[in-house]
This record gives sequence, structure tokens and C-alpha cells, in this order.
Amino acid sequence: MARIGVFICWCGENIARTVDVKRATEEVEQIPGVRFAIDYKYMCSDPGQTMVRDKIIAERLQGLVIASCSPHMHMKTFRAAAKAAGLNPYLVEMANIREHCSWVHQNREEATAKAVELIRLAVGKVIQDKPLDAIKVPLTKRALVIGAGVAGIQASLDIAEAGHEVVLVEREPSIGGKMAGLSETFPTLDCSQCILTPRMVETGQHPNIKLYTWSEIESVDGSVGNFTVTIRKKARYIDMSKCTGCGECWNKCPMSKTLNDFDYGLSKRKAIYLAFPQAVPARPVIDKNACTKLKTGKCGICAKVCAAGAINYEDQDEIVTEQVGAIVVATGYKLYSIGQEQDNEKYTGYGEYGYGKYPDVIDALQFERLSSASGPTGGEIRRPSDGAVPKSVVFIACVGSRDPAKGVSYCSKICCMYTAKHTMLYKHKVHEGTAHVFYMDIRAGGKNYDEFVRRAIEKDGAKYYRGRVSKITEENGKLIVRAADTLAGVPVTIEADMVVLASAMLPSTGATELAQKLKVGYDEYGFLSESHPKLRPVETNSAGVFICGACHGPKDIPEAVAQASAAAGKVQVMFARNELTRDPEIAKINEQNCAACYACVRTCPYNAIEKAEIRDRQGNLVKMTARVNPGLCMGCGTCVAVCPSKSADIDGFSESQIYEMIKNL
Amino acid sequence: MEVTPVGADKFAGTSIENCYQCGKCTAGCPLADQMDVTPNQLFRLVQLGEVEKAARCGAIWLCVSCFTCTGRCPQSVECVEIIDALREYAAEHDCAPPDLQRIILFQKAFLDNIRRNGRINELELIRDFKTKGFLQDLSLPLLMKDALLAPKLMQRGKFHLTSEKAKDRELVGRIFARCTGTHAEGATS
Repeated sequence: MARIGVFICWCGENIARTVDVKRATEEVEQIPGVRFAIDYKYMCSDPGQTMVRDKIIAERLQGLVIASCSPHMHMKTFRAAAKAAGLNPYLVEMANIREHCSWVHQNREEATAKAVELIRLAVGKVIQDKPLDAIKVPLTKRALVIGAGVAGIQASLDIAEAGHEVVLVEREPSIGGKMAGLSETFPTLDCSQCILTPRMVETGQHPNIKLYTWSEIESVDGSVGNFTVTIRKKARYIDMSKCTGCGECWNKCPMSKTLNDFDYGLSKRKAIYLAFPQAVPARPVIDKNACTKLKTGKCGICAKVCAAGAINYEDQDEIVTEQVGAIVVATGYKLYSIGQEQDNEKYTGYGEYGYGKYPDVIDALQFERLSSASGPTGGEIRRPSDGAVPKSVVFIACVGSRDPAKGVSYCSKICCMYTAKHTMLYKHKVHEGTAHVFYMDIRAGGKNYDEFVRRAIEKDGAKYYRGRVSKITEENGKLIVRAADTLAGVPVTIEADMVVLASAMLPSTGATELAQKLKVGYDEYGFLSESHPKLRPVETNSAGVFICGACHGPKDIPEAVAQASAAAGKVQVMFARNELTRDPEIAKINEQNCAACYACVRTCPYNAIEKAEIRDRQGNLVKMTARVNPGLCMGCGTCVAVCPSKSADIDGFSESQIYEMIKNL
Repeated sequence: MEVTPVGADKFAGTSIENCYQCGKCTAGCPLADQMDVTPNQLFRLVQLGEVEKAARCGAIWLCVSCFTCTGRCPQSVECVEIIDALREYAAEHDCAPPDLQRIILFQKAFLDNIRRNGRINELELIRDFKTKGFLQDLSLPLLMKDALLAPKLMQRGKFHLTSEKAKDRELVGRIFARCTGTHAEGATS
């Protein structure tokens, strides 16, 4: 007869409120094979675990059942306790009588009966458990960082400084992300480029960082510790090894009609261009949709003026593969598109604000460029339509945010702060001008944040009105902004020279497709999901994949940087070991029985089963078989379901165990 | 005219609970600057259960049901429907401000006219409205107001001395029955 111990937890009131723990204990003791059953208020606490360890030794237990919460919560805890008492940790089973029972039922009688049944199942299973050993998997100590904005740069530098190689992939021609285009940053008003560009240069020159700009992730195979990443290096038409970044090519290029995306369309650029003056790498790229040579075969001026001979019109996309052990995703954000043209049918845009129709209605990132010293106006606030200095500027918060009818229901978190900053930047440059702000609530939680907003109002004289703007029209060169001051209870109409819309933050284009390649969850808006909102904020449910920055949700720079360092820290924790251990509950093929039909090879979602040969000592082929690669198998059980000869089984979750559980019901 | 009873509980569970007081309704309302309380304040009163207070406001009678507020509301509050319900409440509980009683009189006369004829007969409408209005406060100016417009309207063929009636007035009757509280009948028919 087996010697099984059952430990029933009250979980404070969580279980004991609905399940009669005392009665359940008495009933469970009657189950054949159960040596004893015992209840305790908090089994996971230190005294609880001590009791488990003591009982294992005193009763010479062959297996134990912990009836408590979900195994997701405490399986590790109790396996560790068993191991400490000298019992194989895989001889521990949990009966989930909290999430699956007490939390979802009201009737005490029925809930108690169900708890007993759940424990009976677990006893049936644990009797059939066999001691297992954790699987050791080799680990590639290289990390991939996707996205080189401030979060990606921070994560890369942290990992590189710890002595590990980093592969940094950025789809734009330069690293730097959104932050490289900002003017000054709240709440200190320090210049964004002044603090970011040294970090960019450091990233570009770091011996441990391998930089792929103008590149995108094609596919990701493998699993934690051993990912194979395929990267598409888009044709740049520049030989990076020859180019010196002298600038002759883009100075001489005759095509200058393309809207500059770094200035969000506020300026024009050449067909061959440097993303921005501080770009890293400081190498140009040819826009194949704008270049006459690439479109019609005529021109070729850049190749003629290039002394280094670095121009290559025959350049093709190149596919490269990299082996890495961990992945950090830092793909960032984009702004909600305010105009009526939307790439997502969920959003309708704000026709009433006339964005796209009136040139002087701009979004917040465009205003950042207008007030940036490296921007299209050299840092002078001049409106796009006629270059005049606007004497009255209206700033509108919550455009697209907190608007389930037209945009997204969440708060974009940073708009209150940067709108206050915008009013300051404007007032510092246009002293006689007036800044009007329409807001719904001012959300300025953060160190020195509320003081910053008050400064905008009290010292710099920004006029704040609580109310949403309904419509913007144009009359005689003025933008007429119709709104209401809900605090005074009166309609307000303002004649403005320029309007700045604080548009909602959305995950950047392609984030969901990337998430699917990485098997990372995402929410209805496409923000990537963390594993646990409080305790595992940078981990994902895909082991070895970490997230940081605005790809996870709206976030300001300090938060994105903190999260990036946290993700880098998690990677370093992983890389501190020489190999990874994994739970051994994976598939096993009975190779003698296997008929080599390979139904499992075809259906395995992880490509973890391969065709293998069994040979005798002389090397003669005895038979063919399927074989599981323990490094790749995730224990999903698909092979068990499809195997016609019943040769596949899962260790620790075998078919005989499941039959035993059903029999015990 | 009969109206369905409207009270604070009528608004429970409707879109009024979505209102977060952004004021976009007031911002877009073409009549907000003429109103004694603004639309967003009106909705706040309803949220607080102060339906009677809201129904006593002149604002609800100024609303022209242009639906700008409903169309632009970020929280999809059915603003116009709520104002309509307030007007019903005011008519039933007789709580419109004294200077706006005539609006209710006019609307009642208008509806009675349609109920009788299935369409509007201007002459009959004006006769009903002015008689009732005069009986209410003996105001001579009301009787005489707009009298000079009559010849012009006549000239343009806007007045019909004999009343024109819709053919299927039973159908009109059924529509009225359905709208004025005899819902059960309406639902089964």
C-alpha cells in the first residue's frame, strides 16, 4: 500500500469559508493509500512548510498531495519543500480547491464534496507518479533586443556591460527611436538629444553590441536558452563598410520632395538621406520609392559624387540568422492617427478637429519637432501654414485617449505632462503668446510631476480649461476652437493661431505580428502582456522573452528606462547560470512500439520530435522510430493524442495516471 | 396627452451612467450659451437623481435635437434621448418654468393635431394653441402675435381652410397608442 500524505490548506478564509476543511480531512483519510490527512491555516507559510517536511520524514511518505491553490501559485514552493526532505520533487501533486472550488461555489455542502473529489483525483495520480529528474538545457549567453529606442538602448547597454553579447535590431535606419526627436523632457526640461545621443554613440561603438539597423525580425524558432532568430536586413543601397558618412551624396541628390518622417511630415528630405544629423550609424539610406535611379535607371548622381564608392544600386535584402538565449522586446509606440484615415477599423478619427485639413492643427510629436533646436524651424515656434509665430496656441489633451466611442478607453498617461511642458516651451519662446489647455483631468503622478504642471499654470501663465473641445473650424486664417469650461458652466470659444492635439499612444505598427512570432500575449489594443502585473512585470508567458518600454503600455521615459534595466537584469539572472533546468514533464516515445508513422512529427507544434534510426551493434538498421528532443518539447501532449500505436506518453502526466484519476472519481 | 411616468429610476442603468463630465456636449451645443444650465450640468443632475431639478430647467426646452452632443460624445451617452425623457417628465409633472409653459402648450396642440388628422393643419394648430394659451394667462399679445403673417402664408398656399386628413388614421392611432404607454398592446400587434 502506498504511503501518501494529504495536506489541506485553509488559505486563511479563502478556502475555509466555503469548504468544510475539517470534514474534508476526515473523508480524505478514508481514501485507500492515504496514510494521513492534515489541515492547516496557511500551508505555504514557514510553519506549514516545516510541517510538510517533518511529516515526509516521520511518515516515510512516498508521495504527497497538497490541496490548496492553483499549482501556478505554489507548485514550486511545495516541490522545494519535498526536495529539502529528501523526496523526489515530482512526487508532489496539487489539488486546486481554491480557484477550482471555493472561489467559484457558494454552497458549502457541495463545495466540500467537490473538494474531496478533487483530492481523490490527485491521490489517484500521485500513486502512479514516478521520480523524475529535471532536464538540463544548454544556454546560449547572447541576447536579442528588438527595437532601439531609449528602452532598447538601455537594455542593450546593461546586458553588454554585464559582459554578454547583444544583437540589437532596429527597423529604422538609425537607432534612437521617438526620444531622439523630442525637444526637452519633463519634469526637468533637459534636452532630449543631449541626454540620449551619448547613449546612442555608446551603443554604436560597444564591442559587445552587434547592431542591425534598417532590419526586421523575420522569424523566431527554438525556445528559452536557444532561440534561432532570422533577421531581414533591408536593402540600404549603401556599402556600410565603405561609407564614411561624409554627406556628399545627400547634399547633391536632386530629389527633395519626400516628406521627412523624422519631422513627422513638417519638412522635406532627399531620396538618399541621413535619418537625422545625430543618427547612429551615421550612414545614409536610399528611399527606393523616391530615388530616380532605382525607379527609372536615370540619375546616379550620388554614385558619381561618392569618393568611397559606397553606393550600390544593386543591393538586395539579406537574410541573416543569429543564435540567442534570451529576447528583450522594446518596440515602443506610435500616436493614434487623428485624421479620418485609419489603419484600424476600431478607430474613427476626429473629423471635427480638422487634422489633415487645417495645416495648423498638428499633433504632439509634430510640436516636439517644431520646438526642437534640430527641427524644421531650428527651434523657433512657427506654424506650418505660413511660418508665422502663433500668438495664441490651443493644446487639447485626451485626443483619442479615454474615448471608447472614437479611440481607446485607456489613459495615455504622458499627455498631461508633455502638454504642460509644451505650454512652457511655447511661453519661453513666445513671451507675449497665450497657451490655452483643454483637459479632462490632470494626471501628474510622479516625482516632481504635479509641481511641474502647477509651474506651467502659476509661473508661465498657461490657461487651463476643464472640458473637451467639440469642434475646430477656420475663419479668416484663425482656428475657431469651440469648447466648454465645465467648472464655470459656460461655453468657451477661442480664436487660435495653432492647435496641438495630444494624441493617444498606441503600440507601434507590426507589434502584434511580432508578438505572434514570439508567442507572447497581447491585449485588445496590441500592447504586449506581462506575465504578472505586479510580481513579473517584465517577463512574458513565453519563457526567455522579456518586455520593456511602451510596447507594454503607455509609459514615460523614466519608466521605460527603469523597465528596460529590469528586463536586462532578468536576462543577466538567466545568463548567470551555465545551463537551464526545465521541468521533466515532457513527451517520451516508446521506441520499441513506435511504428514510425510520424504522425507526431507532423503535428508537433514545437518541432520537437525527429525521425531516428535504431541500429544494432554492427550498425545494421533495426527499425525507424520517432524521438523527442527534450530541449524543445513543451509537454503539450499533442503527440500522445495522435499516436495510433499509443507509443507516445507524457512523463508525470501519463495516460495510466489519467485513467487512474478517472477511476477514482 | 398621456405620457409614460418618468422618474429617477427611469435613468438607472441607462447610458447616463457613462457620463464623465468632459463637457464635449456643451462645447458643441449650438444653444448652450442661451441655456440656464449647460447640457453637461443637466446630465450631472440626472446622475445625482435630481430629475425634478433637471426637468425644471429651461435648457431642455431649448434643445433642438440636432444630435451633435450624441454624435460626439466619447462615452456614447444618448444625450438627446435623455433630454427627451426630461421633457416628458416635465410635461407630466407640470414642472416647466412658467415662462416656458407655452412651449408645452404648443407641443401638446401639435401632437393633438396630428393625432386627429394624421398630419398638420396649420390653421387648426394655431387656433388650438392660441385659444389654450389665452385661456391660461389671458394674454392679448399672444392672440395677436404673428397675425400679420397670415395673409402672406395664405398667398403662398401654406394655409388650407379645409382640413386635410391622412387616409389611414387608424394606423396613426395605433402609433400613438404604442408611444403613449399602452406598450403591451403595441408589442403584440
